[in-house]
Amino acid sequence: MKLIQSIWNYRGFILGSVKRDFQFKYQNSLLGILWIVLQPLSMILVYTLIFSQVMHAKFPGSTNPLTYSIYLCSGILAWGLFSEISTRATNTFIENANLLKKINFPRICLPIIVVLNAALNFFIIFSLFTFFLLLSGNFPGVTFFAVLPLLGTLILLAIGVGISLGVLNVFFRDVGQFFTIFLQFWFWLTPIVYLKSILPEWVQMWIAYNPMEPVIAGFQQTIAGQAWPNWISLLYPLGVALLACIVAATLFRRHVGDMMDEL
Amino acid sequence: MSSLIVSGLGKAYKQYASRWARLAEWITPGHRTRHHLHWVLQDINFTLKPGEAMGIIGINGAGKSTLLKMIAGTIQPTLGEIKVSGKLAALLELGMGFHPDFTGRENAMMAGQLLGHTADEMQMVMSNILDFAEIGEYIDQPVRVYSSGMQMRLAFSVATAFRPDVLVVDEALSVGDAYFQHKSFERIRQYRALGTTLLIVSHDKAAIQSICDRAILINGGQLAQEGKPEDIMNYYNALLADKGRHEIKFNQTSSGQTQVISGAGEASIQSVRLLNSQGQAIEVVGVGQAVALEVMIRINQDIPELVMGYLVKDRLGQDIFGSNTHHLQQVLHGLVKGEEITFAIKFPANLGVGSYSVAIALHSASNHIANNYEWRELAVIFSVVNMQYAEFIGSSWLNPALKITR
Repeated sequence: MKLIQSIWNYRGFILGSVKRDFQFKYQNSLLGILWIVLQPLSMILVYTLIFSQVMHAKFPGSTNPLTYSIYLCSGILAWGLFSEISTRATNTFIENANLLKKINFPRICLPIIVVLNAALNFFIIFSLFTFFLLLSGNFPGVTFFAVLPLLGTLILLAIGVGISLGVLNVFFRDVGQFFTIFLQFWFWLTPIVYLKSILPEWVQMWIAYNPMEPVIAGFQQTIAGQAWPNWISLLYPLGVALLACIVAATLFRRHVGDMMDEL
Repeated sequence: MSSLIVSGLGKAYKQYASRWARLAEWITPGHRTRHHLHWVLQDINFTLKPGEAMGIIGINGAGKSTLLKMIAGTIQPTLGEIKVSGKLAALLELGMGFHPDFTGRENAMMAGQLLGHTADEMQMVMSNILDFAEIGEYIDQPVRVYSSGMQMRLAFSVATAFRPDVLVVDEALSVGDAYFQHKSFERIRQYRALGTTLLIVSHDKAAIQSICDRAILINGGQLAQEGKPEDIMNYYNALLADKGRHEIKFNQTSSGQTQVISGAGEASIQSVRLLNSQGQAIEVVGVGQAVALEVMIRINQDIPELVMGYLVKDRLGQDIFGSNTHHLQQVLHGLVKGEEITFAIKFPANLGVGSYSVAIALHSASNHIANNYEWRELAVIFSVVNMQYAEFIGSSWLNPALKITR
């Protein structure tokens, strides 16, 4: 309760920081906000060009030439949000050491700023994607709203992992380096670019332990598959997310004092 | 009613043999301790009332900044507690965590919000902040092009835009020019009158003495002395000379002031007297009177070189005049044990009315830092009275010859 109160008291700082971070990222560039779109767009283009031929045969109901691109988009955009929140939260305490050392303010503001910033970027690009779906006549209809609980689970998982690693990263800088590499593997171990069904049985069995798999599958199901996600399968990632948040809170509370000494 | 209570405060940093040791401590069952504590501050206690100002003095690395950081809340104490009533604003080191790529205005806004003010509140005082900081047209330039003085001015203006109940300043003000220092001290004085408690770290003697009611000396992580700013400043000077190898003595003089004597003792001061032209010791001197300062010393050990220095100070401990035999080009060489030496320095007492003291130092080389044989504050105290001249104010007698032409 005290936590929420202090966050509310510092809302000016949080919102101001989000606004400034956003402006800062684009203020010295010519194309500005366009860069938010160009980065994932190029990624989607590359994957579509390379994989669509390979995947086409495997995709059920391949009459629609856009099916693979939509499948890819829904997965990549969701993954992008996850990776942005978790990597930035991993580094947020180190990056803001200068601030933390000089002014006493609720530390929890920093990860909140990370989430809001990533969410803002996601909102912009996802709106464009939605717009594209409407134009091309691929809008899934009412199942689209399933993205909201999916997003909730994804953000919870990302921030839980991010804060935990962020605390550890202050003491062991290896954590940040390691996570960048780990994230690469995690990306390819999640069916985003490819279909889960192309994997051998035994790999599919192992991939069931990947908490991101049901979340990403949920996005793909609701947007590309135009059906409700498998709600039961989401309980596992939600559980992992809650656990990650508990771990994050414990780590943070236990080590916040030493953390300031290390920065 | 106290606005700041510091009790039993201590800070230790955990030191691990290696990063792996920390990891091992974290993950092994039972969490066996693999670090040792490095204490930088121990057992600090003091209480400040609203409107009180306290200076913190100490050599570099004594733990002053650590103390302020704990009070400001950016680091956590290992032991003890700090109670702050009301709003606290702190200027730690330079700037306030300004972001170099944002403009002064944006940074001021952000720093204000970090202190817990809303954007509306900050908008309201923004023009005041800009006026006070006097950044001019630079305010819309990125902070990275600012001079350190400009950054400090902006930081000070933001931190004091609203009157805090406790203001903590860590040497920041020494960056500014004399003009801004006056201005900021003026603001601090105003706030103090309204009840703001001030805690300031500074090496600037004049600043500490002019603004603080009392001072503490932190040495080696401990609260070494607490008292009037002049006394603590004197003790600090002795400490500078001392660097831990000698003893420092305190004598209470008859007037209740604390006399500090320090030094290694290779040479010692036997007597210090102020004499009139007839060679009689005096304590009251007329303005402009010819006097002589007589210093008798004894050599306790063979020493290659000896310099005697003296410093006349006013009632507040401000330097009035000082020199030494090095600057006067009469350094003594090859002194042998048992020798007794008398120095006599004649000068006209061209001083203003008031009370003065003389500090004497015996050392080698041009200052007392290298080899301090003996350093004695308040070696002689005398007062100056005006017996024959027209009334004047100030600390020196600048014999006026008035001529008016109409």
